[in-house]
Amino acid sequence: MQEVSFDATRVGGAPFGRGCGARQRSALGRAGCDRLCGAPIEARLREGAVRIPSGCAIAAIMDRSGARHDGSDIVKAIELMHDRSNGLGGGFAAYGIYPAYRELYAFHVMYESRDARAEVEAYLDTYFMCEKQERIPTEPVASIKNPPDLWRYFVAPHTMRLNMSGVDEAEYVMRHVVRINKNVDGAFVASSGKDMGAFKGVGYPEDIGAFYRLDEYRAWAWTAHGRFPTNTPGWWGGAHPFTLLNWSVVHNGEVSSYDANRRYVEQFGYSCELQTDTEVITYLFDLLCRRGGLSPEMAAHIMTAPSWDAIDRMPAEDAAFETALRTVYASALVNGPFSVILGSEEGILAINDRLKLRALMAGEKGSMVYLASEQAAIEAVCPDAENIRPIEGGEPFVVQLDEVARRQDDHGVWSSPRHAPLAHETGVLPRREEGRGL
Amino acid sequence: MGTVSAASAANKQEGAQSCSSGFAPAPAERVTLGALHFKEANEQVRQALDRVDDVALEDVRAQRYLGCALPAGKRLRIHGTPGNDLACFMDGGTVEVLGNAQDQVGNTMNAGEVIVHGRCGDAAGYAMRGGRVFIRDGCGWRAGIHMKAYDARQPVVVVGKDAGSFLGEYMAGGVFVVLGETGDYLARGMHGGVIYLKNPPRAGALSDEVVLSRVDDADLAVLAPLLAEYDRLFAAELGYRVSAEASEFFRVTPASSRPYASMYVR
Repeated sequence: MQEVSFDATRVGGAPFGRGCGARQRSALGRAGCDRLCGAPIEARLREGAVRIPSGCAIAAIMDRSGARHDGSDIVKAIELMHDRSNGLGGGFAAYGIYPAYRELYAFHVMYESRDARAEVEAYLDTYFMCEKQERIPTEPVASIKNPPDLWRYFVAPHTMRLNMSGVDEAEYVMRHVVRINKNVDGAFVASSGKDMGAFKGVGYPEDIGAFYRLDEYRAWAWTAHGRFPTNTPGWWGGAHPFTLLNWSVVHNGEVSSYDANRRYVEQFGYSCELQTDTEVITYLFDLLCRRGGLSPEMAAHIMTAPSWDAIDRMPAEDAAFETALRTVYASALVNGPFSVILGSEEGILAINDRLKLRALMAGEKGSMVYLASEQAAIEAVCPDAENIRPIEGGEPFVVQLDEVARRQDDHGVWSSPRHAPLAHETGVLPRREEGRGL
Repeated sequence: MGTVSAASAANKQEGAQSCSSGFAPAPAERVTLGALHFKEANEQVRQALDRVDDVALEDVRAQRYLGCALPAGKRLRIHGTPGNDLACFMDGGTVEVLGNAQDQVGNTMNAGEVIVHGRCGDAAGYAMRGGRVFIRDGCGWRAGIHMKAYDARQPVVVVGKDAGSFLGEYMAGGVFVVLGETGDYLARGMHGGVIYLKNPPRAGALSDEVVLSRVDDADLAVLAPLLAEYDRLFAAELGYRVSAEASEFFRVTPASSRPYASMYVR
């Protein structure tokens, strides 16, 4: 495995290797080797069974004006970085693709058996009201082997059960998604947001894009991931982007603070089933933003907090603020090499680890914003992109829809909470809407 | 280019008029890379270089390892964006990029010259051990990481604009020149070579492993020709010259050649 790891590092081409090496060992040695040789994996290992160390390619394209574009460009961009992944995972998140159902949660669900589908559909029937359900249209692609049965459901929470649950709608949906993923064998909810979806699987990203017929969807934001799985073996559900509600995360790197972060989010009821870095990053954003009321930018700042040395050099007031943040959110600090693109209903956010051990470039043209691990991937879809620049370490790069930016113009950089923090609700009565009785 | 460095002195057939800024003679052969995989692309480039000494690459899209181990007397002119590890292990050749370069330009390069008419990504000059790299604009983080020198092999990197943090990390030899601003953790772990800065380092960027001083005459003997070469390469496209300012530069050198001598063995 040592030699294979070295090889992967060299072929990877990202600075300082791809993080292959340290954590996986003997049991996986063989499977790892087969993977690099392009042969089928012998034993189907899954996320959750083991952790292996990572490097990948990520990209995003967004139109700030909210105008929607088909998926051909994002596929082209990620395809250019083909060699950064190894065919064991590719995926896309798209925002704005289901305008006709924008009020409903769009569940993309992967099934390995008919029983799993029956079980999930019965579950959805109990806790949700389903407006429409259908197979996700796919196209046979030679290199995509044994895809699961892929379905999507446009659902609203069951009104009575939601009221009885004592939690708000987003929390209700999240808990049921987590429960399905945890309890139903052979089923996985790949995405569960509104007017968005994740399209992912095992294969090179450009093949996954063709398989899902992404040129038939139009979105105002696309993110993409080409996977070189390291901490975990690759399977369909474990491909990136990892999503939760409207969040989607694509990630290139290796989170060395994984266990500290995992223990932290688990205290708040999250369950890290997949053991992927991407999963824990998604939960951190969900915890800090949706439940904590912070802006994604602030959450990213907390996750890449300045070093104590840097804090010591700050003016007293800033130093006190940063010290308080690092103290309160000590376990939300994410260490190790990573570059991450977060998608949400407001736009995209890119963040590099504070030591910038991964490359991520940005460029723009008019209302279009492009992000990619390699500059050439931006130029592949926008040859005359302007302001091409790197995302610096630990400095969140935020792209909001114009409409969202206008709404938040009155707020300072660090104070754009989308919602007031939720009070901790423990009762069984429905949440009281302001100005309205029960 | 043949006249500008000892390393490419062998490149005589190019003649004195051969230069980077547009009036070089047309290259003998053009290879269009487009969406070619890097393996096939490098194979085609090598075949072209077997036939002629001067090859232009068109529509380059992130193919890695271009100019890998390129020997003296050979020259690549790159249109588009070359991939990571450009000119890695280069051994005397010349690579010129009409645009930006990506990460790890000149990785473990031995000799020769890289000229980039744009910026470059992270870790430029990674473990470089000879030759020269001229970047017209800025560079990413960790430029010059673990550059090293031995006898006459003195690697040189000149960056025309800002450089990211961790510049010259673990630097063991060679010369790094920055004409713009630098970031945090400058020269961390540096134990050889010299970094010349046009602007003073950011407050708190230096540790006590290194010493900051003004350049002296011995420094100017090294620095002035490099700035003159930067001007020769880029002044026409930039519209300004930098060589007159050599005496205003700062110098960063290691405080000790063995900063960790007492860390593991006492």
